[in-house]
Amino acid sequence: MKLLNVTAGAVIAATGFCSAAFATTDLTMWYHGAGNKVESKIVNQIIDDFNKSQSDYKVALQSFPQNSYNDSVTAAALAGNLPDILDMDGPIMPNWTWSGYLQPLPIPEDHFKDFLPGTKGVYDGKLYSIGLWDAAVALYARKSTMKELGLRTPTLDKPWTKDEFMSALEAAKKSGKFDYAIDLGMSDKGEWYPYAFLPFLQSFGGGLVNRETYDTAEGVLNGDAAIAWGNWWQSLFADKLAPGTSQDPAAHETGFIDGKYAFSWNGNWNAVKTMDKVDDVEFLPAPDFGNGSKIGGASWQFGISASSTAPEGAAEFIKFATQDKYLAEFSDALGLIPATKSAAQMTKNYKTGGPLAVFYGLSEAQAEKRPVTPGYVVDSKVFQKAAADIADGADVIDTLDSATDQINADIKRNDGYKKN
Amino acid sequence: MSVIGSDNRNLRLGVRYLVLILIALIFVLPLLFMVMSSFKPSDELLRDTSSLRAFLPVGQLSLDNYTGAFERAPVGLFVFNSIFVTGTTVLLSLVICSLAGFSFVFLQWRGRDVMLSIILATFIVPFETIAIPLLLEVSKLPWLGLDGLSWGWLDSYRVQIIPWIADGLTIFLFVQYFKGLPGELIEAARVEGASWFQIYRRVVIPLSGPVIATAAILKFLIMYNQYLWPLIVVQQEQYRPVMVGLQYFFQLNPAWGEIMAYLTLITVPVLAFYLVLQKAFIASIASTGVKG
Amino acid sequence: MRSSLTSANRAGWAFALPGIVLILAFIITPFFLGVGFSLTNQRLISPNATRFVGLENYREMLNIAVVDLQAKTDSAGKTVTDADGQAEFPRLRSITRNPDTPQYHGMQEWFRWVSGDTAHVVIASDVVFWKALLNTCIFVLMVAPIQAAIALGLALLINQKLRGITIFRTIYFMPVVVSIVVVSLLWRFIYSGQNGLLNNMLSFLSFAHFQPVDWLGNPHTALGAIITMSIWQAVGFHMVIWLSGLQTIPPTLYEAAAIEGSSKWQTFRYVTWPGLRHTAVLVLIVITMQAFAIFAQIDVMTKGGPLDSTQTLVFQAVQRGYGMQNIAGGSAISVILFLIVLVISMIQRWLTRER
Repeated sequence: MKLLNVTAGAVIAATGFCSAAFATTDLTMWYHGAGNKVESKIVNQIIDDFNKSQSDYKVALQSFPQNSYNDSVTAAALAGNLPDILDMDGPIMPNWTWSGYLQPLPIPEDHFKDFLPGTKGVYDGKLYSIGLWDAAVALYARKSTMKELGLRTPTLDKPWTKDEFMSALEAAKKSGKFDYAIDLGMSDKGEWYPYAFLPFLQSFGGGLVNRETYDTAEGVLNGDAAIAWGNWWQSLFADKLAPGTSQDPAAHETGFIDGKYAFSWNGNWNAVKTMDKVDDVEFLPAPDFGNGSKIGGASWQFGISASSTAPEGAAEFIKFATQDKYLAEFSDALGLIPATKSAAQMTKNYKTGGPLAVFYGLSEAQAEKRPVTPGYVVDSKVFQKAAADIADGADVIDTLDSATDQINADIKRNDGYKKN
Repeated sequence: MSVIGSDNRNLRLGVRYLVLILIALIFVLPLLFMVMSSFKPSDELLRDTSSLRAFLPVGQLSLDNYTGAFERAPVGLFVFNSIFVTGTTVLLSLVICSLAGFSFVFLQWRGRDVMLSIILATFIVPFETIAIPLLLEVSKLPWLGLDGLSWGWLDSYRVQIIPWIADGLTIFLFVQYFKGLPGELIEAARVEGASWFQIYRRVVIPLSGPVIATAAILKFLIMYNQYLWPLIVVQQEQYRPVMVGLQYFFQLNPAWGEIMAYLTLITVPVLAFYLVLQKAFIASIASTGVKG
Repeated sequence: MRSSLTSANRAGWAFALPGIVLILAFIITPFFLGVGFSLTNQRLISPNATRFVGLENYREMLNIAVVDLQAKTDSAGKTVTDADGQAEFPRLRSITRNPDTPQYHGMQEWFRWVSGDTAHVVIASDVVFWKALLNTCIFVLMVAPIQAAIALGLALLINQKLRGITIFRTIYFMPVVVSIVVVSLLWRFIYSGQNGLLNNMLSFLSFAHFQPVDWLGNPHTALGAIITMSIWQAVGFHMVIWLSGLQTIPPTLYEAAAIEGSSKWQTFRYVTWPGLRHTAVLVLIVITMQAFAIFAQIDVMTKGGPLDSTQTLVFQAVQRGYGMQNIAGGSAISVILFLIVLVISMIQRWLTRER
């Protein structure tokens, strides 16, 4: 009995010694895809492949539901509990960087030179995050509707002007066949608002905040261009061209497919599903309201936390995960735009002549990032409220003035978002 | 004459039941909508909201939403976590708050009234407003576990339980109830030489069925429906409760069928808890009625 | 006597201590931390050091003023009127963005009233706060009496001796055990303006005479819709509290009343109601406190909209603290809410004190 114990002890000691000799560093990773079966499967696959491909590092995944992901990360940062690798929605990166959650990727930027601009999270001249895909928004339409209403099909080179766009909506309304001419997704209150609607404001010539200095919104968010945008935006709802803020989430989801809406301003993540149900759907580029067609850029991206003790391991993983084959796999499963051209060719939707290839062009040509500033967290909320209030009939100028005041007060409260 | 009288009585009885049933419909229809929808495909359940079909088991019924919900999230684990955290908190809360209530009502001690006012004032602090300072606090608290001393309470059951045990409202409930108990009983027991703890155990608690049931139900509901707190103090899936789990179902396109199935699944344990407690509750009221 | 008192002193502390310690550690301490934050520029997280700012956050929130706008006049000095014959006024930005009146910079209109050629405009630095405060008060003033009364009515109704009455009691209580988040999700389908269950049922009951209302999308109905739903959800709980109060009234009192031939109303007035004294205090206080904390319904259903018609204090505290990462501002709202509720509960306790 005693002998057995001794041997067992020796064995344990020996294995302990062995594993110490070939030490694997454990890395933790957080991802926003809890509850999303398809996404979880691919992420788990990548992690498995990575863990098998080498023996220096072992990545363990913790998934969070997307809706509350930012709250979870912020709480963890407050409590000093961040993982090594975490993913994040593009526009929040500057805030997390400024707050000290993140460190620059220890990967030469050259490594990602073929990546779409929207997938690279650059702040203060350094690359902090990199995405496997970008997302894009387009105007969903039916070929049959376009024909019936006698509308010119807009292209990337020659998009609809504001007048063309408005007369298309009026024509759809006049036909009497639709509940509303266009579904803007007003039920999706949250980041969708700045992501989808800020580009309209930018195309009008306005913006959320002065993007040269990032120290004021005066004249940008409440200047003449912004007021023109506000009046136009309000008219969409006042003239019953689009369902307003109280839109049913369900109606947003099925309205275009059921033929209740003639057009839908929608993300490419819904494109695959829509193509399954609507044979002749086509994806049109954003209208040009005077300063070029614009859509939002930057989707989810990977970064490394400042507190990580093994950033080189985390970097290894990120390099591993950003291989073309995984970019293509994600794209095929979720319908998102793969980050590189070579990966796009490997996908069924984005290869040359593929049904969604137009989105790759959209993203390359029109994508404009939301303001790259730590204050964006607040700016986004202010914009959400202003866009909703104007849609609900609030006075345009007063609302924009008030939004401007709020953004300026926040900048002031944070000493211009500079590091002291 | 008697025939008319009995007719009349039957009619009045009928009207009474009619009123009761109409009111019952108001309370039950939205929940019926939830349960019925959980058996329908998402697009159908959305379409049905335009008619009375929403409340009826019609159309393509299946358990697909339930299997879908279990595939999407570890539903069993979430329900277990919630029940474990809730059950433990409720039990500890009943003991600690009733002891405190007893002390405030029946015992004379220095600082009692001031202390009571302070404690009662605390239940007007909405939790949402102290969540962040509390998070900072618990992330630094020590814990003496089986594996020695450690710092920080995050990612555990205890962080979901201990801060919630004592609260002003529960103590207030006990204080309010104890005040209504006949003081002679306590004095009699005191004269007979019983200790304060014996009085608490053998005289006061047996008379406190209704308040215990009320406090337990209220605490149960608060605990079972926790969302903000576990969201910020728990990072690992293994400790997540049901309301955080609900977020798993709100993807870019919410799966309404599965959401309804999940809502039904997480509501059943609560209903069961209430049905069980309601019996004890009625029994205790009946017994105090006899004594009163 | 003395020794008994000392023993009571010691026992008293011992009995109350666990509860006191827990409340001190997990409610009072974080609350005072929050009070501290409200006097600084504390962010949820920031690389910059926190600074003491005194009452600045409160000043920013409470700052309010009345300014007058004179109607526009044409070259002849006549008042310019719009199509409806109403006097036209210059825009507010002619004051709030005017370099000559720096004291009004950053302020917005809350509401105005017009007398003749002058518009009196109430402007505030934080209009949303004032609207949230007003809405919260309306919510409490509506919910507390209505819910308490309906709950008492239901309690009387199910306190009858009828066969199967426990089934009804269980049904009436059911919404209480469903999470308010769940309830809010369900009621979004009910209140929907396009395909909502409520509109469809009203239209059915009125033989299609009823015009559909966008309950949550209309600033005039949104708060009312949320009040109704909140009462629906919580009334069962207070019904049970009333019921337990009703059942502690000795049946002998009712028998005596019956012998004296008192009417139903008299029985209620002189037997039932006095017996419910303690219960009434309890119900009213609990409802008021819960109503002041209204948050989840707003978060799930309206996010404060449309046009701020459903903003509430706790929703704003959370929105600022988490959404906008402004812990200081969120904490300041919490402190104000605490003070308001404290005053109200003191008034309530004074009104219901034992005489």
